[in-house]
Amino acid sequence: MSDVLASIKFDADGFMEDAKQWNKEVAAALAAKEGITLTERHWVVLDYCRKEYEAKGEAPTLRNITKNTDVGTKELYELFPGGPGKLAAKIAGLKKPTGCI
Amino acid sequence: MAEKPRKLCLIASKGSLDMAYPPLILANAARMTGIETHVFFTFWGLDIITKKKMNKLNVATVGNPSMHPWFHIPTWLGAIPGMSAAASWMMRKEIDKLDFPPVGEFVEMIIDAGAKVYGCKMSMDMMKLTKADLVDGAEVLGAMEFMDIADGAQIIFV
Repeated sequence: MSDVLASIKFDADGFMEDAKQWNKEVAAALAAKEGITLTERHWVVLDYCRKEYEAKGEAPTLRNITKNTDVGTKELYELFPGGPGKLAAKIAGLKKPTGCI
Repeated sequence: MAEKPRKLCLIASKGSLDMAYPPLILANAARMTGIETHVFFTFWGLDIITKKKMNKLNVATVGNPSMHPWFHIPTWLGAIPGMSAAASWMMRKEIDKLDFPPVGEFVEMIIDAGAKVYGCKMSMDMMKLTKADLVDGAEVLGAMEFMDIADGAQIIFV
């Protein structure tokens, strides 16, 4: 595990316990763990996730993301190949999303 | 985490509005979590991926003992012309409130998400449908070919 993540607590599924510990370096390290190199397009998604979290206290659903950003379903799956439902929230330092869509 | 990557096969056999959503929701949830997903649409389930029908699915108000989402509809009342259309309209409105897309859009969404979508060859022959009648991205498949695809998968019949 890289130094950036050393002081961060994770739950059993690898989601960050405390969203306040998150920053851009942490995001890059979390992404690297999943084999993802963050690009500008990833940041459109991650920034939106953080914005929604700040406003509503939880990670947005994928449908919410595709409706409110210019990232469509296909691109979302290309950006987060292991399953964007979990990965977007995970890399954004948020809890596992509870939404069904 | 299982050592082998998970794989899910869904069989959608019902074409009413209420029964169209479970396989679509599950297929989408599986893809969101990175699970390989295949959906086989057979018999009435074909309506879900038939372009002309997918956005016109109705819920049955007669012979449906669960028909009490907002108030109980007795069978005699459900038989009145227009009841099914009214109940379907109400259900579409409620589904929209939950931010679930209409059936046609939902099918496109799971295809974009990488789920494989198949029309059952035998059912299509019976209903005189061709591949052109199905939503773009759907494939036509026989039951035995589906068995090959389903090898090693978890299977859910809806």
